Amino acid sequence: MFLKELSEARGVSSREHEVRDLIREYITPHVDEVFNDSLGNLYGVKGKDKPGPKVMLAAHMDEVGLMITTIEKNGLLRFQPVGGIDPRVLVSKPVYIGKDKVVGVIGAKAIHLQRPEERTQVLGFDDLYIDIGAVDDDSAKKLVKPGDVATFATSFGEMGDLVVGKAFDDRAGCTALVELTKLEFNCPVYFVFTVQEEVGLRGAGPAAYRVGPDVCLVLEGTTASDVAGTDEEGYSTTVGAGPAVSVMDRSVIAHPKVVGRLFRLAEEHGVPIQNKRTITGGTDAGAISLSREGVPTAPIAVPCRYIHSPVTVMSKSDLEHMIKLVELFVHDIADKGVDFE
Amino acid sequence: MKELLKKLTQACGPSGSEQCIREIIKSELPNYETRTDALGNLIVEKKGPKSKIMFSAHMDEIGIIVTHIDKEGFLRFDFIGGVNPFYLPGERVQFQNGTLGVIGVEKLDKIADLQKSNLYIDIGVESKEEAMKLVKIGDTACFTSPFIDLGNRLVSKAMDNRVACALLIKLMQELPETDNHIVAVFTVQEEVGLRGAKTAAYGIDPDYGLAIDVTATGDTPKAMTMDVSLGKGAAIKVKDNSLLAHPYVKDKLVELAEANNIPYQMEVLEFGGTDAGAIHLNREGVPSGVISVPTRYVHSRSEMVDVRDLDAALALAKAFAKVDLK
Repeated sequence: MFLKELSEARGVSSREHEVRDLIREYITPHVDEVFNDSLGNLYGVKGKDKPGPKVMLAAHMDEVGLMITTIEKNGLLRFQPVGGIDPRVLVSKPVYIGKDKVVGVIGAKAIHLQRPEERTQVLGFDDLYIDIGAVDDDSAKKLVKPGDVATFATSFGEMGDLVVGKAFDDRAGCTALVELTKLEFNCPVYFVFTVQEEVGLRGAGPAAYRVGPDVCLVLEGTTASDVAGTDEEGYSTTVGAGPAVSVMDRSVIAHPKVVGRLFRLAEEHGVPIQNKRTITGGTDAGAISLSREGVPTAPIAVPCRYIHSPVTVMSKSDLEHMIKLVELFVHDIADKGVDFE
Repeated sequence: MKELLKKLTQACGPSGSEQCIREIIKSELPNYETRTDALGNLIVEKKGPKSKIMFSAHMDEIGIIVTHIDKEGFLRFDFIGGVNPFYLPGERVQFQNGTLGVIGVEKLDKIADLQKSNLYIDIGVESKEEAMKLVKIGDTACFTSPFIDLGNRLVSKAMDNRVACALLIKLMQELPETDNHIVAVFTVQEEVGLRGAKTAAYGIDPDYGLAIDVTATGDTPKAMTMDVSLGKGAAIKVKDNSLLAHPYVKDKLVELAEANNIPYQMEVLEFGGTDAGAIHLNREGVPSGVISVPTRYVHSRSEMVDVRDLDAALALAKAFAKVDLK
C-alpha cells in the first residue's frame, strides 16, 4: 500500500498536484481511463460501458495547512490556516513551504521569556509566525512569496497495528481508493480523487455533476475520540473497531438504504463496522448527495486520532476492513442493482 | 382540513426519515401518479402548456438522533435541525418503530448550564441489551404532542411544515382549471439545509418556484418586532436569510390577493430560510416566492396556527396556480 508515500506527499487545499501526480502514476496501470478536470479533481474510470449502476467512489486529496500572508521586515512569515486547524497544536512544529520545500519552524517565545500571565494564554494565528532562518524581508522573499502554502513536516511511522503520520484525513481514503482500482467489478466504477474538501467540499460537487453516478461512497479519515478526557457517551469513533459509517453529519443525512446495505454486508461477511456516533463535521458526501437530481450517498471512514493536527494515528486493520467493505458493496451493487426509493 | 392536518402533524417524520409522511400524502392523492426521487422527495404533476410552476412544501420536522446507548440503557442524542434545548426536559419522543421515551436531564447547578450533552432519553429499560432491542445508534425520533382544536386556532407539533403539506394536498385535490404546468413537490431535509428542494428543482427545471412554509409572528407578549399576526391572512414573503423574493412573483401574489379579496400581510423575516432559497438558485436561476402561514411558538411542540390564515393561503395558492405568468 502507498499510505506512507501518500501521507508524506504535500497537498494543502488547491495545491494538490504532488498527491495527484503520485495517485495518477499508481492507478494508471489499473484503470481504463484517467483524466483530471479544470479544478484539479482526478478521475480513474473502469468498465465505463458495462451494464449496471454507475458507482462513484470518492476520496479527497487535500489536507489542512497554512498559507503565508505577509513577510515581515525581520524576515519572519505571518500565516493563516487553510481549513480547520486548532492554533494550540502549532507552536514549535517544523513545516515545509512552497514548491521548493523551504524548511521553517512555527515559532513563539520560549517558556523562559514568557511573563506568568502569558504562560496561561493560548497563542492565536496572529501571535504565531514561521521562521525560515532569513535575516530580513529581502532574503526571505527570495525563498517564499505571500500565497505560498506550508504543510507539516511529519514523517510516517509504525507502532504495531497503529500507524502515525500526517494527513490520514484523507490519505487513508486515497490509499483505499488506489487499492480498489486493482480489483475487477461488473459495473462501471468511477474512482474520483477530489480537491478542496477542507475548505468547503468544493471539488466534489463539480466532480459528481460530471460523473452523474447512481450511487456513491465517500471514503474518509474521521475523528476518533477514544482518548483521555472524553466520556464514553462523547466518543465519536473507536480506533481498531472497524471502519465508521456516518448516519448523519453537518453536511449530509446518509441514504438509509446505502447505510443499511453496508451494515448488512459487514454482518454477512464478518467485517467489523461501527457507527460514527457524533454528527459533527462534514464530508464530500454533502456536495455529492445534492448533485443534479440527488445521489444516494454515504460516508465511510477510518477512525483517526488527533485529526487536523501535525500527526494523526490510525489502525491499518481499519483501513484494510474499509477496503474490504467497499469492495463487497460495489460487488453487491453490480449483482443486485440499486433499490434506493 | 382540520382532520387532514391532525393526521399529518401527528405522524413522525424527522429530516431523513420522511417515509410515513410520504405515504399519507400519496394516499390523499389517489388520482395522481406520483414519483419519489433519489433523496425521497415526492413529486406530483399536472401537465400543461404554459408556465411550469414548482410548488414546494417540506415533509420533514425537527427531531433527535441517537448517538450513544449506555450500560443502564439510557440514550444520548444530538439534534436534527433547530432544536431549542431549553424546551426539552420532560419532553416525550417517538422513534420510527413506535418506541417511546422521555427526556431527562442530569443534575445541574443552574438551569442556564443546560445543553444537549446534559440531556438523555429514558425508554424505560434497565440495560444496554434491552435498549438495543428497541433502538440503534443513528435511529431518529420526533417529539410528540397531541393535536388540539381551540376553534380558530389549532395547536400541534410539526405544524412546521405539515400545515403546508396539507395546503399543497388541498391545492392538488381542488386544482382549478389552468394551462400552467403544476408540479407539487413534498420535499425532504429542509430543516437541515434545504437539501431536498435543491435536487428536486434540478430535476424539474421549473419556470417559477413557490414554497409554502410557516413563518414567525410578532403578536405575543413582549415578542420580537415583526409585523405578522395570527389570523390576519396569508403572509407574502419579502425576505428571509435564504431568499429575497423575486419582485415579479411577490408583486403578482399581492395583486392576486387584492383582486380576490384574500386577506394578506407582508412578511419580512430576519432569520431562517425556506425551500425557495434553494429553488431560486437552481441552474440559471428561478424567479421564486413564498406564501407563509403565520405560526406562533415555531420549533416547539405547541406550534399554533389560525384556520383563517390557512383558508387565505390556500385561496392565494389556487389563484397563483391559474394565473398567466409572463
